[in-house]
Amino acid sequence: MTEITGILKTAGSKRHRAEARFRAYGLIAIAVSLSFLLIMIGSIITRGSGAFHQTFVQIDVELPAEKLDPEGTGDPDVLRKARYGKLLKAALRDRFPAVKSRSDKKALYKLLSSNAEYTIRDQVVADPLLVGGTHAFWVRASSEVDQYMKGKIDSSLEESRRRINDKQLAWIAELQDAGKIEKRFNTQFFTGGDSREPEQAGIMGAVAGSAYTLLICFVLSFPVGVLAAVYLEEFSAKGRLNRFIEVNINNLAAVPSIVYGLLGLAIFLNVFNLPRSTPLVGGMVLALMTLPTIIIASRSSLRAVPPSIREAAYGLGASKVQTTFHHVVPLAMPGMLTGSIIGMAQALGETAPLLMIGMVAFIVDIPGGVTEAATALPVQIFLWADSPERGFMEKTSAAILVLLGFLIIMNLVAVYLRRRLEIRW
Amino acid sequence: MAKGLYVSETAGMSIIKRGQRNRLSETAVRLILILCALVAVATTIGIVASLLFESLRFFQKVPLTDFLFGLEWSPQTALRADQVGSSGAFGAVPLIAGTLLISAIAMLVATPLGLMSAIYLAEYASAKTRNTIKPLLELLAGIPTVVYGFFAALIVAPMLRNGGESMGFEISSESALAAGITMGMMIIPFISSLSDDVINAVPQSLRDASYGLGATQAETIKQVILPAATPGIAGSLLLATSRAIGETMIVVMAAGLAAKLTANPLEAVTTVTVQIVTLLTGDQEFDSAKTLSAFALGLLLFVITLILNVIALRIVDRYKEQYD
Repeated sequence: MTEITGILKTAGSKRHRAEARFRAYGLIAIAVSLSFLLIMIGSIITRGSGAFHQTFVQIDVELPAEKLDPEGTGDPDVLRKARYGKLLKAALRDRFPAVKSRSDKKALYKLLSSNAEYTIRDQVVADPLLVGGTHAFWVRASSEVDQYMKGKIDSSLEESRRRINDKQLAWIAELQDAGKIEKRFNTQFFTGGDSREPEQAGIMGAVAGSAYTLLICFVLSFPVGVLAAVYLEEFSAKGRLNRFIEVNINNLAAVPSIVYGLLGLAIFLNVFNLPRSTPLVGGMVLALMTLPTIIIASRSSLRAVPPSIREAAYGLGASKVQTTFHHVVPLAMPGMLTGSIIGMAQALGETAPLLMIGMVAFIVDIPGGVTEAATALPVQIFLWADSPERGFMEKTSAAILVLLGFLIIMNLVAVYLRRRLEIRW
Repeated sequence: MAKGLYVSETAGMSIIKRGQRNRLSETAVRLILILCALVAVATTIGIVASLLFESLRFFQKVPLTDFLFGLEWSPQTALRADQVGSSGAFGAVPLIAGTLLISAIAMLVATPLGLMSAIYLAEYASAKTRNTIKPLLELLAGIPTVVYGFFAALIVAPMLRNGGESMGFEISSESALAAGITMGMMIIPFISSLSDDVINAVPQSLRDASYGLGATQAETIKQVILPAATPGIAGSLLLATSRAIGETMIVVMAAGLAAKLTANPLEAVTTVTVQIVTLLTGDQEFDSAKTLSAFALGLLLFVITLILNVIALRIVDRYKEQYD
């Protein structure tokens, strides 16, 4: 008797151990999956948060009237053409009079961004009264100085192994002592277009491109998707055509996105000759891609509207079209919008099809319309990630944070709509 | 129903006329709706036509058998006609092998994690835990692939290379491993949420019967639920594989460019999607075999993923019917 209970006990505990083990595997799997998410987001945040600040150097620049505007016209065109680079270099030499040799001077000029002269130009053009005096300007430091100030360059390394030499370090220290170098909020990153110089590069061009692309995408895919769903749910006989369209939609939802890019390239660009690299074509391609998502979401939303609504409308003498568009569709609209916003969020993150239709060009200007060459936010991330310059690493991570920010906002809006408007029958 | 309404409207002429006008607009509306629904069909036709048309032009220059069975891929076109090696080689085998290698690594990472997560969420977790963890896992699917690509190329790959160096392995900085692991992360939620649905569809009566016979929860899952859910899980794994094969940005950013026929995950391989992107970004001439080969690769990709999807959807549908 005792033997049997012993066996039963061990068997029980062995089985219970197996049970506990199995349960633990499940928990471990979830923990590992979520830690992937955490590591990825965490490492991008730590790498990217630096880009929201930028190192600036204050420097006194002499603006002699005879060089900038000899005739004293105050004409912005004349002021724009003057050579501010030379003035800036002279100002640097004045600031550090001990620098004599050619190579040292070169190293000295490298403290500032190569675009720093345009900061001065823009300020002078905006305020011509500055001409003729000496004024203090805050200009962008070069990417190397910026990285050093953010602690990304280790000054204890051998001189030959870092991007910034001992003399430059000494100059930076001197500027620091004088309080002439500081980190400021980097508005340029949010308002500027792309640039070859990491310290100058901004995401506004890409954000505008993405906005135009999504606009086209939404304008095309939302009405078509909703009407297609209305047809499939409310009008079509459950026959062969319906089944065929349904199979089509399900398969389209699983086609790799790059194939849509090939479609756009072969048909929109080569057959219809639409302008390359534009949000118009990008939006059209993404519209085709998000269409299945919108149709599927809209159909389930229509299906959720109870038949009693339709019967009541018919009972009052409404026609099929009236019943559908006056009663069923408005009631299904919150669900349709939620599905569409989620579809748009997918489209916002999509990169591959846009590469196919040429939205990868280096474009400095912020696009002003849907037919102007543009790039999109995820493509900008791809381009920056590919760039060998160290300073772009930070910009890439920051651009990813901005993209994720937009996605979070869109998803929150979708959740809000679902909570507030969706009717539970 | 609508017809009955018109009959009741015959009370006066004006009403009849309005009825006819309504009927006309009803037909017009119906037509517009059908057209919208047919956009989906038109898209499919557009995809197939554009891929087929350009591929046929490619196969006029390069024989189909060379493309499907050739072991070498170097799509260089010559600047001058008399240049050595001007013809280029268009054998897709190394690209397919590379694609499968990376997808296999991704599935090796994602299958156990996704499946065990699904089992835990479906069978063990309380409703509250489930409602917090499921959306978190689905976040992984909502993150754009370009972000994964960046993570793979700039964080995972250097980590693997340094780790390998310290252990005496030589791991390429564009190794299949880095791209595969990252892609696996991306695919976890596809497997977990599809499998979760499938496991939830297994009728409660099966569980109750198993518990009634004295089985523990783990035994029930392993011996009753999983066998019952196998077709559905297989379908979800197939869908995930198709997703991995068609994935572009992760491999464009983290995998190599040179085609190499190898099964070593520590080496750099290239994939079908990487080659499509490299062939079509930059200058294109639409009469060169180099540019056209991208469409042949696209067709190949489309056919492979379509077959996987059709099989997967059919399995899942049949499985659903079984328990409906």
